[in-house]
Amino acid sequence: MTKTILEMRSITKTFPGVKALSDVNLDVREGEIHAICGENGAGKSTLMKVLSGVYPSGSYEGQIVYNGEEQHFRSIRDSEHKGIVIIHQELALVPLLSIAENIFLGNEQAKNGVIDWDETRDGARKLLAMVGLSEDPDTLVTNIGLGKQQLVEISKALSKQVQLLILDEPTASLSEKDSQALLELLLEFKKQGITSIIISHKLNEISRIADRVTVIRDGRTIETMDTNEITEDRIITSMVGRSLEDRYPSREPKIGETILEVKNWSVYHPQHRDRQVIKNIDVTLRKGEVLGIAGLMGSGRTEFAMSLFGKSYGQKISGEVFMNGQKVDTSSVEKAIRAGIAYATEDRKHYGLNLIDHIKHNVTLANLPGISRWGVIDDLAELDVANDYRKKTNIRSSSVYQVTGNLSGGNQQKVVLSKWLYADPDVLVLDEPTRGIDVGAKYEIYTIINQLAAQGKAIIVISSEMPELLGITDRLYVMNEGRIVGEMPTSEASQEKIMRSIVRAEGKAS
Amino acid sequence: MTVQTAPTGAPADQAKPKELSFFGALQANMRDYGLLLALILIMLFFQYFTNGVLFKPVNLTNIILQNSYIIVMALGMLLVIVAGHIDLSVGSVSGFVGALAAMLMVGWKFPPELAFLANPIVAGAICLVVGAAVGAAQGYIIAYHRVPAFIVTLAGMLIFKGLSLAILAGKSVGPFPAEFQLLSAGFIPDVIGPTTMPWLAENGQNVTLHTTTMVIAILAVVAAVFFSIRTRARRRARGYDVEPFSLFVVKNLVIAALVIFFAYMLASYRGLPNVLVVMGVLIAGFVFLTKRMTFGRRIYALGGNLKAAALSGVKTERTTFYIFAIMGALAALAGMIYAARLNSATPKAGQGLELDVIAAVFIGGASALGGVGQVAGAVIGAFIMGVMNNGMSIMGVNIDWQQMIKGVVLLAAVFFDLYNKNRSA
Repeated sequence: MTKTILEMRSITKTFPGVKALSDVNLDVREGEIHAICGENGAGKSTLMKVLSGVYPSGSYEGQIVYNGEEQHFRSIRDSEHKGIVIIHQELALVPLLSIAENIFLGNEQAKNGVIDWDETRDGARKLLAMVGLSEDPDTLVTNIGLGKQQLVEISKALSKQVQLLILDEPTASLSEKDSQALLELLLEFKKQGITSIIISHKLNEISRIADRVTVIRDGRTIETMDTNEITEDRIITSMVGRSLEDRYPSREPKIGETILEVKNWSVYHPQHRDRQVIKNIDVTLRKGEVLGIAGLMGSGRTEFAMSLFGKSYGQKISGEVFMNGQKVDTSSVEKAIRAGIAYATEDRKHYGLNLIDHIKHNVTLANLPGISRWGVIDDLAELDVANDYRKKTNIRSSSVYQVTGNLSGGNQQKVVLSKWLYADPDVLVLDEPTRGIDVGAKYEIYTIINQLAAQGKAIIVISSEMPELLGITDRLYVMNEGRIVGEMPTSEASQEKIMRSIVRAEGKAS
Repeated sequence: MTVQTAPTGAPADQAKPKELSFFGALQANMRDYGLLLALILIMLFFQYFTNGVLFKPVNLTNIILQNSYIIVMALGMLLVIVAGHIDLSVGSVSGFVGALAAMLMVGWKFPPELAFLANPIVAGAICLVVGAAVGAAQGYIIAYHRVPAFIVTLAGMLIFKGLSLAILAGKSVGPFPAEFQLLSAGFIPDVIGPTTMPWLAENGQNVTLHTTTMVIAILAVVAAVFFSIRTRARRRARGYDVEPFSLFVVKNLVIAALVIFFAYMLASYRGLPNVLVVMGVLIAGFVFLTKRMTFGRRIYALGGNLKAAALSGVKTERTTFYIFAIMGALAALAGMIYAARLNSATPKAGQGLELDVIAAVFIGGASALGGVGQVAGAVIGAFIMGVMNNGMSIMGVNIDWQQMIKGVVLLAAVFFDLYNKNRSA
């Protein structure tokens, strides 16, 4: 029996309004590859942040025992010092520095503050060799592909004498070939005695390399499977298995005629001219319908929506858009809004709100003509509108003069929604409308969606939370790698079915 | 898992329109009026240390004339800074336009059929158009080609510094026609005729008032009070909270008293300067633009969060372009005011003014990150700098010390502003 390197005992972590982790247990054996599975929002990343000291000791309950000693990490530096290195989904590399500089960033090979470049390059070359990269250490990181950047990130971890390597969705944005290489590398590390924790949605990968799998659901550990027990089916059942009743307000769908048709939509990556992000997809939507788009991160859902909304993403966009059978021009945000399309972003802080201004000004921004004449704003009309929507969407604030940066996530999301409700679109695209907000606020947002659909508006909901899609939509598209790989009425859909369409598509791609 | 919490359509507070408490409202207002209070305190400080010279009618008139061109440019700079940009070229552009004005009216000898170009009104119009075009050209590069404003306008600063030297051939050109000088040196005519006030006689000299100035001031106060009463009544009628009546009265009385006092000082010298009329109209226009117009609102939105504004349908490029065109036109106007005041265009005119203008806007509470700033703040900021220049000069403080003290005041003003914001957040 190999010894246990890490034990996390009854970890509980609460955020204002939500219990993110509740009595979670995890034990990792030395030299194994341990996978953690769970839906988005289940608490996987939170657990890893607790482990690595992003949430310092004291901000959670429970114990972390590592190498037989109880640990109290106050910061990432503390955990790295002990050989625990976490590699996040968004890579933390500086694009315009060289590979060698990135590897030793914050840990420079220097004497008295003067960098020893020979040492730096040699060291980098050795580390790169360990991950199978033959790149010149002087190459700028921006000039190598994503897969290789991931490997540089791992070299950086190796330079810190890593004992426990944590990878958060390492293959989410990698091509099939790069993913394979990465998985091989993890197996190689295992031989050298490095323990890995891997968080992934790609169940086929997990069943291939993981020694054991722990499933987390709703902030609780569900079970830990041993090698001989791991099957994709069992993981899926374990990940899902919950009743969906009462989390979603009920409604009677009244679906009318087709309102939106998108034909042969194709989009290329904004930086890489020849990388097609959306691959000639067709989408139809009907009045009063709530349409869901499921898919993993990076499957092209947001990219599709943003490119449709005034070419806000990508380049070389082609395809046709019809509203009520009429061809419309959506080439600028203003034109898209005029055509009756609105897009509420997944990233409300960066793309949704003016955080330094108050609710009133944020709510009216997308429809200033509605409260003005000849370019002059009617202050009181604006105040009426803001108060009206504050009431309708139940924004909890002292008044409409509260600065949006000081609101909670759920209330910020309601301000974003209010903005688009006031713009009065026929088609409303909601990208991750409930990301990072508590259950109560989620319920309120679902209710608003239902009311809109009842008014005959058409709504597209993009979400990574499958239960949410199953709970509130009428029909589902499943996207993967820029294609629509499945379409089904929600009444016939299940998480297994969605997962299977994705996994099947992944299988085909390789 | 069942979620019981589903508070949909919770009853919103349907309270009757209420008056806030006197002190609560006063506190809320203090932050808005803090800057004005600072200006008044600085003025009282110098009134004391200059043995009463600062508030002499002739000196107050001087302060206005000396700072008019800074204030005119500060209005445009406020838009630029709120939009998250900067314009370093305004000093040079104003100098260049002053030089152009001088060459049009005095320097160049036009053939008879083009002689109309030397007419002060035609020349003035040409200068404004040239200024707007210069601003538009810089704005085009900044907005549509995304070259940072700092770099574009730094280049502009060098280019227009050189151009003024070139068109003036290194010499001063003047004097201007009398009509043009009126822009800076003139006062509005006293159409009603002077009023003598024997009961205010000082040292046997009668005090004569410029009656038209007083009448205009009183009309302005009446109009302002009328509008604030109307706004208050409308808010009440629509069911919104209003400030307590007592505070409302006090506030209006204080502002009315300040305006009347100020007008009285001007009236007992030579009345309202022409340039103050120009400034007044511009300030009112820019307050309206920033507070009430959709164009102004969009500037704050794109300065606060460029991506969110773009995704809300704001044409961010076009808005930025217009802002710089407006800035250019204002720099041109300031250049003409400056040239008219000196009564000649010099190759060095306007140099370094951009820093005074930017300082005024920041002292006035604008944020260097964009999205925050008020017209009134920028104007008061300009006056704070202007009064300090004036007061220290009268006190005979050396120029080296003046510079250092102004630097410290700029730093302190911004520091305290940020300190207050952080504390309240």
